[in-house]
Amino acid sequence: MSKIKGLQCKECKKSYPTVALHVCEFCFGPLEVAYDYDYIRAHISKEKIVSGPKSLWRYKDLLPIVGEPTVGLSGGFTPLIHAKNLGRRLGLDELYIKNDTVNSPTLSFKDRVVAVALTRAKELGFDTVACASTGNLANSVSAHAAAAGLQCFVFIPYDLEAGKILGNLIYKPTVVAVNGTYDDVNRLCSEVAGEFPWAFVNINIRPYYAEGSKTLAYETAEQLGWETPDHVVVPIASGSLLTKISKGFHEFEQMGFIGKVTTRIHGAQAEGCSPVAAAFKEDRAFIRPVKPKTIAKSLAIGNPADGFYALKTTRESNGVIEHATDEEVVEGMMLLAQTEGIFAETAGGVTIAVLKKLAKQGVFAKNSRVVAYITGNGLKTQEAVVPHVGVPWQIQPKLTSFQEALKAAGGKSVNKE
Amino acid sequence: MASLKVRISFPDDKIKEPVIYQIGHEYKLVTNIRRADVTEKTGWVDLELTGDSEEIERGIEGLKKKGVKVDPIERNIIE
Repeated sequence: MSKIKGLQCKECKKSYPTVALHVCEFCFGPLEVAYDYDYIRAHISKEKIVSGPKSLWRYKDLLPIVGEPTVGLSGGFTPLIHAKNLGRRLGLDELYIKNDTVNSPTLSFKDRVVAVALTRAKELGFDTVACASTGNLANSVSAHAAAAGLQCFVFIPYDLEAGKILGNLIYKPTVVAVNGTYDDVNRLCSEVAGEFPWAFVNINIRPYYAEGSKTLAYETAEQLGWETPDHVVVPIASGSLLTKISKGFHEFEQMGFIGKVTTRIHGAQAEGCSPVAAAFKEDRAFIRPVKPKTIAKSLAIGNPADGFYALKTTRESNGVIEHATDEEVVEGMMLLAQTEGIFAETAGGVTIAVLKKLAKQGVFAKNSRVVAYITGNGLKTQEAVVPHVGVPWQIQPKLTSFQEALKAAGGKSVNKE
Repeated sequence: MASLKVRISFPDDKIKEPVIYQIGHEYKLVTNIRRADVTEKTGWVDLELTGDSEEIERGIEGLKKKGVKVDPIERNIIE
């Protein structure tokens, strides 16, 4: 008996063994992990979770590993903050921020999925891991691989900004800059994953990798006192995160830890890359690929693998998918920073901008419990806000000079305007 | 013989063109549709292309020239 029954096609339901495989050989549908929930229910309890480590691994009974976790032991269990200041601005009494800007070790929610992916990769006997990424995923895979003693290959487009690459090189992976278009890099990585005996985290290990996102839902429910929120607002890139947050809540319901899940799940995209939001607004079932053009690079996935499922999940929960302009994204980042002291990356700006829009549209009741997922740290995308954050006061090293500057500002700090 | 799994997406103005039939004739490729969602306006097809590696490359270029989008079956991998 085992908690994992196998892999299963999300479309035709054909079963596969728990190996490094991601596409159904019959219908080419995506595979996901199928669990034996009766077995898990017999081995899990709230008490066991509460007495577990203060990390994502307190939920290991619901994660796709067979042994003990070996990689990313410090990831997850990030703060859920009652955002009273931001809530007041938006007319929400019970607004919460799930703050993955402080996730460990690389300050984004990717630390959750990578911890699960690499632990499973080691269980499957891999000694080399790889990913294709322009930012957060590469950081996380490189850092975790270094700590786990795994060989690591990171594929990037050749014209990626130098700063983004440096964040990876510090961990000493092999960074491969591919001299081609974004589509060429995609295609090459698909072929590399088929050719080399590596754990390509977002290709052949994807069914395990994606499950790590469920821990955001588990933590939210536990931190709310074993209750689910009325609404969540989730950024959409590949669409996987949104579907897994829904899955996490429903698994907790199946385990009997929480009551019936009625959470409305809302999606957030940047206007310059909003294939899922467009399908939602046009009442389409399929995703029309787009060419991304947005400052929210970590959400810039023009042909998202799980876009269809994110759309379906949102509709089934009676949620809404909205988009935000780049200007609104920057405003969202600044609003979150200046009300709650949280510096989010551009994806967080997208989430806050859409949260604000939905609040304005009257989607939330004043007393409803709303959780916004902030998935990455603003230190990684500082370039987006540099033109908007102002400049320091320039003074001489004399008390009178400071007094003059203070007087000119009306006698108070600028953040108390 | 090699094979490649791809997703092709049709823009609105290409939906009437029999592009899968055409590349099967223009290149030495076997095309095998596994899953699809096509409407009168637009849609996508998950397809297996089987043939020599070079012929697969030529076939993909041919598809792109016909104005359809060709992605790996995983779609966008870069995250």
